[in-house]
Amino acid sequence: MKIEKKTKTSNEISTSSMPDIIFMLLIFFMVTTVMREYEGLDVLVPKAKSIQKLESKRNTSYVWAAKDGTIVVDDRRINVGDLRHIMYEKMVKRPKTTVSLLADQEVSMETITDIHTELREAYALRLSYSAKTLGGDNL
Amino acid sequence: MYNKPRRGLGSFTSASMADIAFLLLVFFLVTTTISMDKGIEMVLPEPGDTDIEIPKSNITNILINQTGKVLIDEVPILVRDIAREAEMRINKRGFKPDGEQIMIFSVKPHRDTKYNVYIQVLDQLKRAGAKKISIANPETF
Repeated sequence: MKIEKKTKTSNEISTSSMPDIIFMLLIFFMVTTVMREYEGLDVLVPKAKSIQKLESKRNTSYVWAAKDGTIVVDDRRINVGDLRHIMYEKMVKRPKTTVSLLADQEVSMETITDIHTELREAYALRLSYSAKTLGGDNL
Repeated sequence: MYNKPRRGLGSFTSASMADIAFLLLVFFLVTTTISMDKGIEMVLPEPGDTDIEIPKSNITNILINQTGKVLIDEVPILVRDIAREAEMRINKRGFKPDGEQIMIFSVKPHRDTKYNVYIQVLDQLKRAGAKKISIANPETF
């Protein structure tokens, strides 16, 4: 009888530390979460093999370029000529900004060159051509 | 003599603490987007024209036309062969004492070139380990 009782008690896991564990996970996710700010355009970025990960999402600003030459920054459709002012303001706020260019693979180089020129004028010199990993999978 | 320590001004059950934390946890789990930003990194030159004298033998010109055909120093080449060719040229030209590459690749796309082809060419150059890549403004050649 006595032995049976003993085994019964040792079978239970104490749940008192559960909140602590959950809090730990919670804090982890809170720290790593960056809220999605903008949606952007529907673009199909090219695929490449030698791609690098961007360092930090907080220091990245996105420029979208769609097939028809539409350029979108911060959910607003803009003219190419206005890009330098927008980017300049961003650079003042965060000098370490890297521009991630999400351009459709069908975009002509004329548009891309215009964006290059504007970014150079705004001294936003760190550029990353967004690309998918070759061989498919996630964006 | 002693004032009996007052009993707590009231207590709350900490049993629901876990539930609250769970709720928050689920919220942050759902909103978290794992960084998926990947791409080919480039550093653009500063605005304004800079004239630097570079011997012609240290430059490889890569022209891309509007149909996606590539010329490397006037010789047609398949896009997938660029990496090999570029690597050969880098090694042939050698390195400066500080390890810097001497060979410079100048990529010149046509105005109507598809962005995809341009990225493929850049990808090939990066795969070859090319550090010095210059993007020339497109021309109607």
